[in-house]
Amino acid sequence: MTLPGFPDAQPLEGLVGGVLIGISAAIMLLGAGRIAGVSGLLARATGIADSGPPWIMALNFIIGLVLGGLVYALAFGPVAVSYSPSLILLAAAGLFVGFGTRMGSGCTSGHGVCGMSRLSRRSITATLAFMVSGIVTVAVANALGWGW
Amino acid sequence: MVMKQLLTLIAGVIFGIGLTLSGMTDPARVRGFLDIFGDWDPTLAFVMGGALIVMAVAWFIQPKMVKPLVDTTWHLPGTRHIDGKLVGGAALFGVGWGLGGLCPGPAIASLGTAPSPAAIATFVASMLAGMLLHKLVTSKNA
Repeated sequence: MTLPGFPDAQPLEGLVGGVLIGISAAIMLLGAGRIAGVSGLLARATGIADSGPPWIMALNFIIGLVLGGLVYALAFGPVAVSYSPSLILLAAAGLFVGFGTRMGSGCTSGHGVCGMSRLSRRSITATLAFMVSGIVTVAVANALGWGW
Repeated sequence: MVMKQLLTLIAGVIFGIGLTLSGMTDPARVRGFLDIFGDWDPTLAFVMGGALIVMAVAWFIQPKMVKPLVDTTWHLPGTRHIDGKLVGGAALFGVGWGLGGLCPGPAIASLGTAPSPAAIATFVASMLAGMLLHKLVTSKNA
């Protein structure tokens, strides 16, 4: 399925994948009573965060996340991905993402999916902030020739 | 106890399949969503929409339950105030998100499948370094 005017967009795959992400977050919420926030769970699983869910629980989710990618690739073949060719840029991006998600207490999953659907003003504010910041960054990076 | 572990593992697997199926593990596609002044790719909006619809139903059901299915109490954030830490942190995250086209979920979900292991390893390693750096900075101020 394609979207008129956007030949590269994958609206159907996006929607179905999004529903799966929602189901996963709903299992975490209604099953374990917790937020499926990947940055927080990752910080906990790696021992960087001292508080949060039990360590083994966070580790299970993170292992599951890696397995999920593998399961998909085994079932449907490799996924087309295109990374920035610059490892320096990727390293800088990682630093910002790691520092920023801890400082702002969440990322696209915790604030974006779980918090916004709860109508949390905090999460809606955070999501707007990282969306606007991301849009400005891409525009500036494109102007500097850092796109790929 | 075993149920709790199994449940989080399964939730992680479904999350990883969803991210991969939706194309969110492709940094070029995520970046395309943020490129509203250029060649805009709206796919991420469909992903977010699908996830939000399911979670809106879950939040509707949640208050009607006495406790979660496999735990004795709820563990939900109660913070309500909006401060510079929240907005500043989110803005910094956005810079990294725009630069690399990766956020934590897709980065972890592609650890086992990425065709260029060096790229994803570099990103994930420095993301963890960024998390550690934040911990060091905040514990010094405390």
